[in-house]
Amino acid sequence: MTIHLEDMQVIYQHPESLLNVNTHYCPGCTHGVAHRLVAEVIDEMNLRNDCIGVASVGCSVFAYNYFDFDFIQSPHGRAPAMATGVKRVHPDKVVLTYQGDGDMISIGTAEITHAAARGENITVIFINNANYGMTGGQMAPTTLPGQKTTSSPKGRDVEQAGYPIRASEMLATLDGAGYIARRSLHDPKNIRLAKKAIRTAFETQVRGLGFSMVELLSICPTNWHLNPAASTRWLEENMLPYYPLGDYKVHPALKDLKF
Amino acid sequence: MPLSGTIVVDENLCKACELCIVNCPAQVIALDKSRITPRGFHPASLYKEGCTGCGTCSVVCPEAAITVYREKRTEKESNA
Ligand SMILES: Cc1ncc(C[n+]2csc(CCOP(=O)(O)OP(=O)(O)O)c2C)c(N)n1
Ligand code: SF4
Ligand code: SF4
Ligand code: SF4
Repeated sequence: MTIHLEDMQVIYQHPESLLNVNTHYCPGCTHGVAHRLVAEVIDEMNLRNDCIGVASVGCSVFAYNYFDFDFIQSPHGRAPAMATGVKRVHPDKVVLTYQGDGDMISIGTAEITHAAARGENITVIFINNANYGMTGGQMAPTTLPGQKTTSSPKGRDVEQAGYPIRASEMLATLDGAGYIARRSLHDPKNIRLAKKAIRTAFETQVRGLGFSMVELLSICPTNWHLNPAASTRWLEENMLPYYPLGDYKVHPALKDLKF
Repeated sequence: MPLSGTIVVDENLCKACELCIVNCPAQVIALDKSRITPRGFHPASLYKEGCTGCGTCSVVCPEAAITVYREKRTEKESNA
């Protein structure tokens, strides 16, 4: 069978808001999927020239090298504070932060909590991979009870290290939050749902409905010492029960949103 | 019969993670062990017929390396 590509319709192609460059992410790391979804939504909403990203510290520290729109990079945990300033100076721009769990809910807990409490009109993409990826797989606030990491080699002991933080549930209690959802990147169906949530989060900001965040459960094959496919199964079996997927805050004005 | 499709993998981007391979409903992707990418990986590629152009592989690819094509519905109908 001879296939003529020019006679066929394109079902999927590389998003314009993502540069056509090699990333430094490990093979299979779903930071790449999260990047792709953000870029697809920015394309769909035609926001590429009106968008400013704030990268954090962690494996996604070089995100500004991968997105084809304006991007800055903040000190560890401070992306929501920086995004607050950017958004207040440029209220007509769409401003997002892209943060890992070590960045956002460990060293950056104060910044994220107060940005949500103030109802800052920014969008946070929060990657929960249950460890500190960049520095070699140490325990994060999101590390599961009993989970082995380089700094909890016998498994997280809750007597000593306390319990994981469910950031979406926690931030959803704040009145300034307009949209908070948790999704997962472990299979095609959930990736499609994650994209819809990211779209909803940006719509929240465009409509001025307050702080928005999408938490994305993500795999870290390198530090989990599993191949990418086995990592998706580990996520499904271990993270989903502790971090239930769903919408934790939906502003009433978003209820009739359709796309 | 499902419409037929095909994929083109950008070998500069593919990192051989195999997520497209395990998620393809038609099971038509494999790593091509006869080739090696500039970054030193065996790239994913179609190894047999049966791709429907469903796009699932592109949904899971962390590198946005896959372009998916599908035969146009109207042509299929007019050919039928
Ligand atoms: C002030 C400061 N403290 C500590 C570090 C070291 N450090 C770099 S990345 C990181 C954690 C990153 O983990 P996470 O946010 O979960 O992102 P991931 O790498 O898993 O994507 C830490 C503690 C730093 N760079 N700066
Ligand atoms: S260390 Fe983990 S989070 Fe970082 S790029 Fe590698 S797989 Fe991804
Ligand atoms: S488009 Fe669908 S059938 Fe074709 S290779 Fe990708 S996942 Fe498989
Ligand atoms: S999912 Fe993408 S990066 Fe992974 S093997 Fe397939 S084409 Fe390559």
